[in-house]
Amino acid sequence: MFTAVEPEVKVTPRDRRLLPIAEKVYAGERLDQQDGITLFESLDILAIGALADWVNRRRNGDRVFFVANQHLNPTNVCILRATCTFCSFARTPKEDGAYTMSLEEAFTEADRIRETPIREFHIVGGLHPRLRVSYYEDLLRGLKERYPGVEIKALTAVEIAHLARVEKTTVEDVLTRLRAAGLDSMPGGGAEVFSKGVRATIAQRKLAAEDYLDVHRKAHRMGIPTNCTMLYGHVETYADRVEHLSMLRGLQDETHGFLTYIPLAYHPDNNELGEELGREGTATTGFDDLKNLAIGRLFLDNIPHIKTHWIMNTAKVSQIALHFGVDDLEGTVVRERIYHEAGAGTPEGISFSEIIRLIKDAGKRPVERDALYNEIREW
Amino acid sequence: MAKALPILSTVAPRRRGPTAQGAIDTAPHAPKPEYVPAPLDQRPHADEIAHWLQVLRDTPLLELGARAHALRLEQAPAHVSYIVDRNINYSNLCVTDCRFCAFYRRPKDDEAYVLSYEEIGAKIDEAKARGAVQILMQGGHNPYLPLDWYTGLLRFIKEHHPIHVHGFSASEVEMISKVTKLPIDQVLLELHQAGLDSIPGAGAEILVDGVRDVIAPRKIDASRWIEIHEAAHAVGMHTTATMMYGVGEVWEDRLEHMLKLKAAQARSLARGRGHFTAFIAWSFQPLHTEMEHWNLPLGTGMDYLLVTSIGRLLLDNFENVQVSYVTQGPKMAQLALTFGANDFGSLMIEENVVSAAGIDFIMPESEIRRLIEDAGFEPQRRYQDYSFVQDGDEGCPCCLATTRSPQPA
Repeated sequence: MFTAVEPEVKVTPRDRRLLPIAEKVYAGERLDQQDGITLFESLDILAIGALADWVNRRRNGDRVFFVANQHLNPTNVCILRATCTFCSFARTPKEDGAYTMSLEEAFTEADRIRETPIREFHIVGGLHPRLRVSYYEDLLRGLKERYPGVEIKALTAVEIAHLARVEKTTVEDVLTRLRAAGLDSMPGGGAEVFSKGVRATIAQRKLAAEDYLDVHRKAHRMGIPTNCTMLYGHVETYADRVEHLSMLRGLQDETHGFLTYIPLAYHPDNNELGEELGREGTATTGFDDLKNLAIGRLFLDNIPHIKTHWIMNTAKVSQIALHFGVDDLEGTVVRERIYHEAGAGTPEGISFSEIIRLIKDAGKRPVERDALYNEIREW
Repeated sequence: MAKALPILSTVAPRRRGPTAQGAIDTAPHAPKPEYVPAPLDQRPHADEIAHWLQVLRDTPLLELGARAHALRLEQAPAHVSYIVDRNINYSNLCVTDCRFCAFYRRPKDDEAYVLSYEEIGAKIDEAKARGAVQILMQGGHNPYLPLDWYTGLLRFIKEHHPIHVHGFSASEVEMISKVTKLPIDQVLLELHQAGLDSIPGAGAEILVDGVRDVIAPRKIDASRWIEIHEAAHAVGMHTTATMMYGVGEVWEDRLEHMLKLKAAQARSLARGRGHFTAFIAWSFQPLHTEMEHWNLPLGTGMDYLLVTSIGRLLLDNFENVQVSYVTQGPKMAQLALTFGANDFGSLMIEENVVSAAGIDFIMPESEIRRLIEDAGFEPQRRYQDYSFVQDGDEGCPCCLATTRSPQPA
């Protein structure tokens, strides 16, 4: 029934502080950090959404991309178990529930989806103290042999830097070996919030901002496209968020290697940070989820795609996000562990046909893509 | 008295929801009946339906939201209110077999129950101790409970556990009237005089008979539902109006439903006694119901925000639009506050009907207040008449204002 309409009329925000920002957006001018903070402070989400929608339509039209993918989390053993207090997934090697998949187990897990024609593996896990690059090379090679058409988006900057340390070699060397084994692109996880103060509080020993960006810079220079993220909704301020976005935008100006920005909602259940903050049972709000997506679209004027991750935001909010500047709906995730350990109440998978229905129901055109946003088919 | 149930010997339970152990009976299910929506020109309010269809086609979602929000700011206070109440389901025994319902049990089912007055009184005391200013009391269509049982209960509550009783529903009133062989007006008057303060809008589902024939063939039809609400208004009670969408209906049905409510509200406002205080929409929750197997396209996030904003704009003679966080979840409920809704519904100390269908987004008051504040509104506890709860109140103002005779008129 509902058909999205090409907005001819430019909106006039109710919140008058947004007026100069709206002018900049319609004139195609870049937003500065103060604009970013003003947007986060504003409660006029309808205006923020309409501005982001306007920008998105000019770039992507009515198209909404999705990819049929499977998440694979080879290990939850992580040397940052004690210090990344926001994480519900990591375990110490001897802790209850710790696991590391043998290659056979990983292939069996991948095999669970033989029935589904997937296009992408999304592979991330913990910083295991003893797994070597060769484990991941064998994993990637094995998957490519078994599923020749399926692209592999694997290992965050944090995992790549960790492997370089384990192997006492360079990031470039690790990336070269993994690419030879089948790595096509890299996910954006591990960015959290770049601010030193925030990192000291929630992820004390994790790869520093400059190093995260440097791994991505090196990947981009080698021609490996990557995604970028921000974990919001814990202790960060609006200024921290905007500084983070500025750093991503700065690297993108330099390399143009980011494909997609994905704001990740912090889930407060089953982790030390949630307990410490007394935040259990209080997920990020719908307002904040949509603001992070829409402001991502407005501020990151040089990143082509903004993705909503329905596992975190729920399918309902993710569908609404398609009117808030979002052009990518995280695909048919077959099995997801990380967010579900943190209390995400969403189902673990959503069917291909349901994704298509949700996109069409929002008045948009569903476009199945591959990992590099090549159009496979419009549905 | 309340617990002695006659046995209905002819009809066996047709299907079962989850048992206490959580297992689901796998008895064969009736096939999905076909639903053919009526053409536009055969519908009441056809011109207005056509107009609102055009609005839906021509207006981007966020613009529709902005219009609804602007109207909401004109019509309702800038606060977002909510009520602390407890759902008390006095009985789950029902003979209407609505296909969308996971709560009811047939008379011979060992899980069928009727609560005693004392059990209900104890639940009220618990609720009041936790700040409740109202009970929402609903049950099935129980053919064994005469009017006396209800008036006796209401008097018992008002005498021993006084609280605002927002109770029953149009279809329960119809059942009482049939069992008692008294006209609706008489039943409503006696209930009101015994202590019934207002009537919830349940049982409206979709107020289009074609849809009702498919999902609830034995429930009162659309015009009867409206007639009973108007009769309640005429007696001096306020009621609410609901809509359950996502049952296979089309947008024309949703609009016809809202336009019928609008017309009824206009008549009641002209009468100058009771009226509809709020419109509340939610989406059908299929788990453990007969319709679970129909593979219906369920209500989406778009559906919810469109229904909420069209609800505000079309029902411009309704003051309040409530969110349904129990079915939509906290995130969507909060978003609805900028798409025309002004009330967060109730902080439910107990809820049984929606949770029987597997959805359970019940949350503490602190979380409701956090969501409202995060959306930029001041949260306010309210009474059923939408006045705010103030420190030092003596209780619900509408109940204090009404003094009723202890005997039926």
